[in-house]
Amino acid sequence: MTDHDHDHATLPDTVLRVKALESLLVEMGLLDPEALDRLIDTYEHKVGPKNGARVVAKAWSDPEYKARLLKNASAAIAELGYTGRQGEDMVALENTDRVHNMVVCTLCSCYPWPVLGLPPVWYKSAPYRARAVSDPRGVLAEFGVTLADDVEIRVWDSTAEVRYLVLPLRPEGTDGMSEDALAGLVTRDAMIGTGLALTPEQAKGDGK
Amino acid sequence: MNGGHDLGGMHGLGPIDPDPDEPVFHAEWERRCFALTLACGFLGEWNIDMSRHARERMHPAKYLETSYYEHWLIGLQTLLIERGLVTEEEINRRMGEIGAEEGAE
Repeated sequence: MTDHDHDHATLPDTVLRVKALESLLVEMGLLDPEALDRLIDTYEHKVGPKNGARVVAKAWSDPEYKARLLKNASAAIAELGYTGRQGEDMVALENTDRVHNMVVCTLCSCYPWPVLGLPPVWYKSAPYRARAVSDPRGVLAEFGVTLADDVEIRVWDSTAEVRYLVLPLRPEGTDGMSEDALAGLVTRDAMIGTGLALTPEQAKGDGK
Repeated sequence: MNGGHDLGGMHGLGPIDPDPDEPVFHAEWERRCFALTLACGFLGEWNIDMSRHARERMHPAKYLETSYYEHWLIGLQTLLIERGLVTEEEINRRMGEIGAEEGAE
């Protein structure tokens, strides 16, 4: 059963409750409905993994930027203008031939909003939160990712304060590509660590 | 505090089942619930730890059987009531009024 199925089971009461709270708070003058519309527009349309992909592409292209990112990720990400709530204290995790990093929030849904937007349902779901820490290889297999046995997997449990961005391995065959083109290879899942960056051939395919 | 939310290592929860074409929000009520929670955060009545604690105090069985934004909604309602901004009676009455209006349409 997915979260989505749950929605249908309790929907009428839940929908009414949301409407009732909004209506009461607006009536009391504590909320402006248009401010809610603006928040929704920001997080539905403006903030998303394209931001994180710019950070990764720049780190792949500019060794000095990469060094700054690994030393102080919040400051390096802010250089590109990506700041805001749920991303105040960022840590960048570099994948190498020997180490693969993967991020979870076992207690909740902590996620770096300014660079990745809002988390997908699976990231917030009980199965991922439960098994990312106990069986990361099994979890990766569900995402279609198989790593060599000698690659160490490090799982990072996010907190209300510290949020992580995985710096994926730069794919083969991308020498000389522009930052813009490289950004097109960086998927959301690659920056969570449940995926790898796309090769140029994969990116030309279905983009998944 | 361990509770229904403390899921690390729990067995028996099934496959992850990622949806490759997932929308940001799945329903209008999720949009409003998200924005309502953020906007109420600006009231300065509580901090992020208090809002997490409000969700984590849910009964473990209820926590596991409800969706993510329902956790937010229940947590928000708990905080609003505890801070004395609204009462449970006011919420129930308003839900009844809105339900009756919509039923009449």
